[in-house]
Amino acid sequence: MSTTIAPQNGESKERIRQDRGQLTWRQRRGQWDVKYSPYLYVIPFFIVFGVTGLFPIIYTAFISLQDWDLVRNTGEYIGFGQFDWILHDREFWIALRNTFSIFLLSSVPQLIAATVIAAMLDANLRAKTFFRMGVLIPYVVAPVAVALIFSNMFGDKYGLINSVLNDMGLGSILWHTDIIPSHIAIATMVNFRWTGYNALILLAAMQAIPRDLYEAAAIDGAKAARRFFSVTIPQIRPTMIFVIITSTIGGLQIFDEPRMYDSTGTGGANKQWLTITMYLYNTGWGKFDFGRAAAVAWLLFLIIITITLVNNYLTRRFVSGDDAVKKAKKTSQRLSAKGGK
Amino acid sequence: MARGSRTSIGVGRPSPLVYGLLAVVLMGSMFPFYWSFLIGSGNASTIYSQNLSWWPGGNFIANATEVINNPAVNFWKALSNSIIVSTVTAASTVILSTLAGFAFAKLRFKGSGPLLVAVIATMAVPIQLGVVPLYIAMSKLGWTGTLGAVIIPALVSAFGVFWMTQYLSQSLPTELIEAARVDGCSMIRTFWHLGLTAARPAAAMLALFTFVTTWNNFFWPFIVLDQQNPTLPVALSLLNANYFVDYSLVLAGVLVATVPLLLLFMFAGRQLVSGIMQGAVKG
Repeated sequence: MSTTIAPQNGESKERIRQDRGQLTWRQRRGQWDVKYSPYLYVIPFFIVFGVTGLFPIIYTAFISLQDWDLVRNTGEYIGFGQFDWILHDREFWIALRNTFSIFLLSSVPQLIAATVIAAMLDANLRAKTFFRMGVLIPYVVAPVAVALIFSNMFGDKYGLINSVLNDMGLGSILWHTDIIPSHIAIATMVNFRWTGYNALILLAAMQAIPRDLYEAAAIDGAKAARRFFSVTIPQIRPTMIFVIITSTIGGLQIFDEPRMYDSTGTGGANKQWLTITMYLYNTGWGKFDFGRAAAVAWLLFLIIITITLVNNYLTRRFVSGDDAVKKAKKTSQRLSAKGGK
Repeated sequence: MARGSRTSIGVGRPSPLVYGLLAVVLMGSMFPFYWSFLIGSGNASTIYSQNLSWWPGGNFIANATEVINNPAVNFWKALSNSIIVSTVTAASTVILSTLAGFAFAKLRFKGSGPLLVAVIATMAVPIQLGVVPLYIAMSKLGWTGTLGAVIIPALVSAFGVFWMTQYLSQSLPTELIEAARVDGCSMIRTFWHLGLTAARPAAAMLALFTFVTTWNNFFWPFIVLDQQNPTLPVALSLLNANYFVDYSLVLAGVLVATVPLLLLFMFAGRQLVSGIMQGAVKG
């Protein structure tokens, strides 16, 4: 980047007329401008970010080691006592189980459905904008609203789902009583809201696949399904990992849907659908134990980091270790070599 | 350009099956709205009726009016609060992210690399990690229950900076900035004339996404606001509490509260779609 600038430029006649001293001053100002003004652009962000983002994160660690006194609004240092208490609390482990269960029930079917929908949207559709917008509509609805609608549809006695099941001659499922059914209902809300969104992300990745890869595969005799598994899937792998990671981070924090799943918001009579964030909320704003709530927050953070890393490792291993995909990779390399001619 | 070459695979237009499946998907995304309308247009006993008609009743307006006028729900207050919070948050996020994104993408300064990495790293940090100290700070300042308590922590977003940096580093040629500098353009004018112009499409997307996300946000507003001064999701959450189990009212209220964003979607849905798809390619 140029630092010695304007004054030497022939075009600015006014500046040429100016005396030597002022020139250096202007030069120096230009230098300062280049050297220091970048900081002026990032400082507003970092000031607000520091106060509202970084400080609370660091302060949470500090509070989590304390027994917080709500009246005096200060705490007393007690070491890792809060963590110890939480890890011996049965409810925490129930919440952890529920969170994982809901997460798995939402992320796995969602990823599969999103990939299939993306593949359909990637076809040479008429009215493709209409279809793309259509799958995205649920995304703009607030999770709280989605939860209210679905908790009604999944009603134990008078819900739509059960009356349909009854009409089909099947028995009712106790969506608000049994553990797994309640997880399925909550996962359905998450899937409703996010499948279309993720489908669009995967669609973008599919559209970036060079079309001659498909052509070459077709020439080699690969049918549509084979092309999907041997060309499309390996090519969108990085985007799939991205989708998996973001949905892990979001999914493990789930609060709105389970909180609104019944009118009490406590996670069910036997904590069937209590999640970690609900546990955090109940600790902080039900029992007003801020030290313990801060410790829950840290545990949640550690869980998210761990699962993200494990997830990342597994996805890479699983996807690249798979035999069919290895073959597909070879094929696609061969094909892209062909295409590159 | 490559779209046409599709036909050579022998696919051409997809089969009716694809349209059929997509139609099912669309019906799935619409059905909950219809269901809300169906229940919301009946009365308290509709949900309990043995043979539920698939044809809506005539009480929707009456139910919606009842929810809107219910003093416990505080609908107009919630609506205006949501508009204020989402607008201010979107504006501030876009301004601060564009400034920082421009610097990270196009200017050289000491520490820019580590700073950017730090910003991106915090994207993985859940909001839950900050809520306890934030709440303590807000209550010490006496701000709990005020909109400021919701707006201030949302003024910036790490994602926004990441997004603008990504966009500007690809769409604004460095040579252009150097040329402007050679011509004697100061940094701030370079930013104003080149940076802002180039950033406009990404800034609009960021504003839209921030608006939608803030509008739907529940966790923190639910903690820090109360019934007297809620945002829409907080007000909605009350429909379910207070033994307020008349589902015709609850679901009518849900639909009414969803209308503003459905309207936004009608006008900006196309931009949301392309925003998600662009973000995917870059991210």
